[in-house]
Order: sequence, then structure tokens, then C-alpha cells
Amino acid sequence: MHELSIAMGIVKIAEDETAKANINTVTKIELEIGTLSGVEIDSLNFVWDSAVKNTVLEKAEKQIFIIKGKGKCADCDTEFNMNKIYDCCPNCGSNFKGILQGKELRVKALEVI
Amino acid sequence: MCGTCGCGSDSNGPTIIKPGEHKHTHHEHHHHHDGHSHSHGDHDHHHDGHSHSHSHSNDPKHKILEIEQDILQNNEVLAARNRGFFEAKNVFALNLVSSPGSGKTSILERTLADLKDEIPFYVIEGDQQTLNDANRIDALSIPVIQINTGKGCHLESDMVFDAVKQLEMKNDSILMIENVGNLVCPSMFDLGENKRVVIISTTEGEDKPIKYPDMFHTSDICIINKIDLIPYLNINLQKLKDYALQVNPNLQFFEVSATTGEGMENWYKWLRENIS
Repeated sequence: MHELSIAMGIVKIAEDETAKANINTVTKIELEIGTLSGVEIDSLNFVWDSAVKNTVLEKAEKQIFIIKGKGKCADCDTEFNMNKIYDCCPNCGSNFKGILQGKELRVKALEVI
Repeated sequence: MCGTCGCGSDSNGPTIIKPGEHKHTHHEHHHHHDGHSHSHGDHDHHHDGHSHSHSHSNDPKHKILEIEQDILQNNEVLAARNRGFFEAKNVFALNLVSSPGSGKTSILERTLADLKDEIPFYVIEGDQQTLNDANRIDALSIPVIQINTGKGCHLESDMVFDAVKQLEMKNDSILMIENVGNLVCPSMFDLGENKRVVIISTTEGEDKPIKYPDMFHTSDICIINKIDLIPYLNINLQKLKDYALQVNPNLQFFEVSATTGEGMENWYKWLRENIS
């Protein structure tokens, strides 16, 4: 997977934002990651230490808010939980749907000193 | 790290452009930070989107910076820039994605050889290593740029942006971007293409679309290659399509053989329709 790219993207956002605010230490980073985003949390955790080494995030605690997948059927308007991106509507079986949530891949906040 | 191919970080060079970045002019006013205050004269602040800081009530030393920024935002900003450039020049840009060995380069070679006299083509080749693919395209006298991603397992929009600048494309042409052979990582990275084309060959399992759903979910076109081999294989083509449609009901299929040329005419017809 591409989780190292994602981790480097997170580091870049943190470095840019802290530089702008003239801050050197981040104590905690909050991330929002959807279950349909294509990012494996385990893989992200695996690469995290090497990605944040010698960066402003090196000592930061990482908190991940997992956002569960939800879709809305385009044919019958039923809202339903999605575990996989190809889950069909449980009411009418249609594959046409809009994804309401679960694609998130976001840096929510930094706690800094 | 990339579980399928050992995705690296070196290729993701920083490109520092953000959509919310604009200059505010602040006149004489005060900012309060952690118990001391200082004043700003006339100068520029860079604000990014809606990020701002405020004090934590129970610990005056800790502050929260509300960022709320998409991690892929940098890639998407440059992809939008590529897209605008393509639109202005009426360049029809395609992002060709597949697992290694499904025949991306062979389809490309055949298409270029058959259509180069009627349509101007440009090609960007993405591979981890070697100039081999670019050399195959160059042999057809088509302008081509090779991007070697090194350890990287996918192209990103900044790489395409840099490559496009060197291509000096004519208006009303087609740009073929052949992504790194990988059915996972490239799915998340918009390059600014008009259409994403996923290629699957009959020698791959028919359940591949649900094994690697993200790529099929984000593609517009699905080319099924190597149909000349079907008599020798135990594959149910309809089942493959049903799986793909389950992931993405809007997919449009072309069944081709880049080797024999069978089915290529329908693909050419679609290409012609999209630049006229």
C-alpha cells in the first residue's frame, strides 16, 4: 500500500502548519480516517515511526478517529452501513449509491506547546 | 510502506501550493499568545483555509491548532491545475492503470501505431526503473517522457505536471499517462486525467475487481485485454464484468487483444469521439 506516502503527507502538513505558527513541538496529532479511504490503519501504524523521525511529529501522540462507511442508495434512498466499497443496497440490491461518509483522510488538529 | 511493492518516500517531493492560501493585509492590531501580546504593523499573513489556534482552557501551555486539511490536498490541487491546462488545450488525458503484465504498454503501442497519422499523441511513462517503455514508444516517433518513481509505487500529480511542461503538447491531442503497474496505490492519486482506464487481462482472475475494488471504483473505462487467449483459459468473462459492475456500475468495457488487434476498433472509435 501507499501508507508511507500518506504518512509523509501528514508530516508535511504538520511541518507547514507549525512553521506558520512558529511552533517547535507537537504533543498530539488527531487524524480522521474513513474505513473506505483505502488506507490500512495497521500499515499506517507500521510506517509511522520511520516517517515522523526527525520531524516535528517525532514525539507526538497519534490519535486516529475512524469514520465508518455509510452509503445512500441511488434507487430507493435507503441509507446503509458500508464495510466494503462494493456493498450493495440491503433493501433493493442496487449497486448505484452515493458514499455519505468513510472516504475521509484528514489531519483534524494538532496539540502543540 | 507499500505492502505490494515497497512504496518509498523519495519520489514524493514537496510541492507547496494550497488552495486556501491567500494574502491578508492586517492593519495595526493585537494578537494574544500564551500570556504575552505583541503588535503587528502593516504586513502579510498567510492563512490556510480555516486553520486557527486557540488556548486550551486547562493547560495554558498547550494549544490546539485546528487543521482540518485533507492529506491528499497537495496532490489534488496540482491535479486540478493539470486538468485546467488539458482543458484549455483540448488535450484528452487518460490515466492507464493495471497490475504489471496486463498489457498496458502493448495496448498503447498498438493504438499509437494505428492512429498516429490521424491524431497527435503524447505519452508519459511511469515505472519504478528503466527507460524500456519510453524506448518502445519512442520507436514509434511519438513524443514521450519517462518518469522513474524509484521506490514509489504510483505517479502523483506533481510528477505529471513537471513531465507535461517538457512535452510541449499541441492542441486537440491525446495524452496517454501510463501509470506504474500496480492495482492498489495509484487509485488514490488523481493526476488530472479526463478519464481513468483500468486494464485487466483474461489471464488474471475474474474476481480481481472485488479483490482490488478501489481501482475499479475510481475508473471510468475497463479494457479487458488478451481476449485471443480465452479458448485456452478457464475464465468466465461475464462473471468478471459482473464483479466489476458490482464495484462500479458506471464502468464502460472494451474487450480487445493488443496482439491480434481484435476489438481495438471500438476503443479507437471511443478515442476519436472524445477529441472531436
